[in-house]
Amino acid sequence: MDDLMTRLGGIDCDVHIPVPTMARLSPFLPEVWQEIAVARGIYGFAETSLPQAAPIQARPDWRDAAGLPSPSIETLTRAVLDERGMAAAICHCLYPVQKLYDPHLAAAFATATNEFLAREVLDSDSRLRGSVLISPYDIPAAVAEIRRRAADSRFVQIIMLASAELPYGNPYYDRLWAAATEAGMPVALHIGNSGRYPPTASGWASYRLEDEVDQSLAFQGQLASLVSHGVFDRFPDLTIVLIGSGVTWLPAFAWRFSKFWHGTRVEVPWLKDSPIEIISRHVRLTTQPFDGPAQSIATADVLAHLDATEMLLYASAYPRWHFDGTDAFPQGFDEELKRRVSIDNPRATYGRIS
Amino acid sequence: MSLDPDVLDRNDAVVRDPQRAALKIIDVDVHPSVKSIADLKPWIPKEHWEMLKTFGGGSRVPFGYPKAVPDAHRVDARPADGSVAGSDFDLLREQYLDPLNIEYAMLSPLRDTGQGLANPDLAISVCRATNEWLVDHWTARDKRLKASIVVPIEQPEEAAREIAHWGRHPDFAQVLLLTRTADPLGRRRYWPIYREAVRQGLPVAIHVFGAPGHPSTPAGWPSFYVEEMTSHAAACQAMVASLVIEGLFEEFPTLNVISLEGGFAWAAPLAWRMDRLYEKFRAEVPHLKLRPSEYLKRNLYFATQPIEEPPDPRHLLDSVKWLGADRLLFSSDYPHWDFDEPTRAITAAFGREAQAGILNGNARKVYRL
Repeated sequence: MDDLMTRLGGIDCDVHIPVPTMARLSPFLPEVWQEIAVARGIYGFAETSLPQAAPIQARPDWRDAAGLPSPSIETLTRAVLDERGMAAAICHCLYPVQKLYDPHLAAAFATATNEFLAREVLDSDSRLRGSVLISPYDIPAAVAEIRRRAADSRFVQIIMLASAELPYGNPYYDRLWAAATEAGMPVALHIGNSGRYPPTASGWASYRLEDEVDQSLAFQGQLASLVSHGVFDRFPDLTIVLIGSGVTWLPAFAWRFSKFWHGTRVEVPWLKDSPIEIISRHVRLTTQPFDGPAQSIATADVLAHLDATEMLLYASAYPRWHFDGTDAFPQGFDEELKRRVSIDNPRATYGRIS
Repeated sequence: MSLDPDVLDRNDAVVRDPQRAALKIIDVDVHPSVKSIADLKPWIPKEHWEMLKTFGGGSRVPFGYPKAVPDAHRVDARPADGSVAGSDFDLLREQYLDPLNIEYAMLSPLRDTGQGLANPDLAISVCRATNEWLVDHWTARDKRLKASIVVPIEQPEEAAREIAHWGRHPDFAQVLLLTRTADPLGRRRYWPIYREAVRQGLPVAIHVFGAPGHPSTPAGWPSFYVEEMTSHAAACQAMVASLVIEGLFEEFPTLNVISLEGGFAWAAPLAWRMDRLYEKFRAEVPHLKLRPSEYLKRNLYFATQPIEEPPDPRHLLDSVKWLGADRLLFSSDYPHWDFDEPTRAITAAFGREAQAGILNGNARKVYRL
């Protein structure tokens, strides 16, 4: 057994692999889907919500000559591993299957994306780990995909977007959570709107800035759903990892939720513990983008409001531009906390990395 | 301040704290209610009343969520005749105004007000009737009561006319909107409302709820009341982001907006979050001349109820400090089940100056009382 952690050090829990072009993805699709793609003029489903030119999409020094974040594996591993003293990186390729309305198409492209990730990325460097992309619109297909990838020990988590059609607490998803826990994989929810519902209870944002600010709201809705439905009681080994929308929104959410739970327990009698305790046990968050205060307020005081020493997972969010300079740890993280979030917590969270 | 249990009289949920006698309270969120919409009939044009009774006004939420207690009311706040809590002036005075040492209470009706009606003419009529009723049934009976101008939100020009109609009436202290609207409330199409509020020198209070037809979370429709109640804070966050990022406070730099019933512990983190993202998106929003947090600290106020209760109470004091105690206005939400009692919610642990500001001084300034 390759005891990567002990031997080498920390894990970067959020590394983006650029969505492949149709030409690169096509070989990994079943022949029938390749034909359908040609016949129907499917040129690929590149993410349309925020142009690659937007500053947040990639650090200036992580863009190529064409200004795009499309690194070679060598460039990527040098940036996230070698230059930052990390031992391993958990990659994901967020092909936007969750934004498609055809569940069969979505499942086929999810499978192809995972195959692409395994062959084109994970095969290239033994320090890279992968995330199983699934579509939530066909649960049996998603379960089959999880089982297929579980045979490859390099796949260490499942990844989905923050919003789908039904909130994630609904029993509809139970077979998914069962498959995840059976495979020993946490389920990562990455920011991103499925296009089914507006990103706020009052409709759609006018500006991309506003949309980005609003991204934590879907996380709040999903956590309320998962906890209220008792998902973590039914699946005590399930871990949810929230990727891409900061951490400082969580305490106020958990306080309000727990306060109301005290007054409304008659409605959800299956909940034996306060939501704040359930969230502390089952939910993890990546450290970038960090949404802490300006320097006048101590980061440590802010992190004391959440169980930061247990809940946070180190992430560079490569190639996204969430931090300047070389240190991907947010300002104000002391050495002890850096060790916790980059070594101890990922090790405890990702049972398949050993 | 830790309160001796002996000073609590749980029968009427009133704290008999001797220190409190010195603190006069301004409560920015109290909910009077009609017993039924028939209470508004005297002010609704006959043809609209017939239309309302025959066709209804159109509601986009079929059942909502069964509450934790009937009608979400404090069980002791229901009048003896079994009618709706908040519908009886004498009970309000005996149970709330007198014992809690209320100097002013801002009345924001939510039930059958016209704000939820899809039919535009009925929405206008019922909002007007609600405002007439607020004066007739409430503010005319007690000088401590101040009313909110209830407006048809989705018809901003009509809403502005309603504000202009009541703006100089001394009994109205603010304009009432709801957080959940057809579009985020910072959108330019709603600006006539804010323009008229500024012209009349009134703050705009935005209370949680509203039923525009969008799911109440971006994750979809929740299953439970506890999710619905929890998610109101998220709707408030989106509302604040919209008001700030659309440039509303550049257009109306003297406008004061008060967030009602969303709590406040999320506000400082939201400001940090907006400031950080603003650095990356600045070129997209050249209409903003200040950092988002600066608008928040200049133009926005937050009512305290339902006050957050972190496991470590000191964390709440951090939240107050980070936001600024001068941004907070006490609210009780009387007569609803999640009512906050003034000095149990805002204890002396906040510091005497902050406590006095939150319970009275800040509101006095915002409402120019």
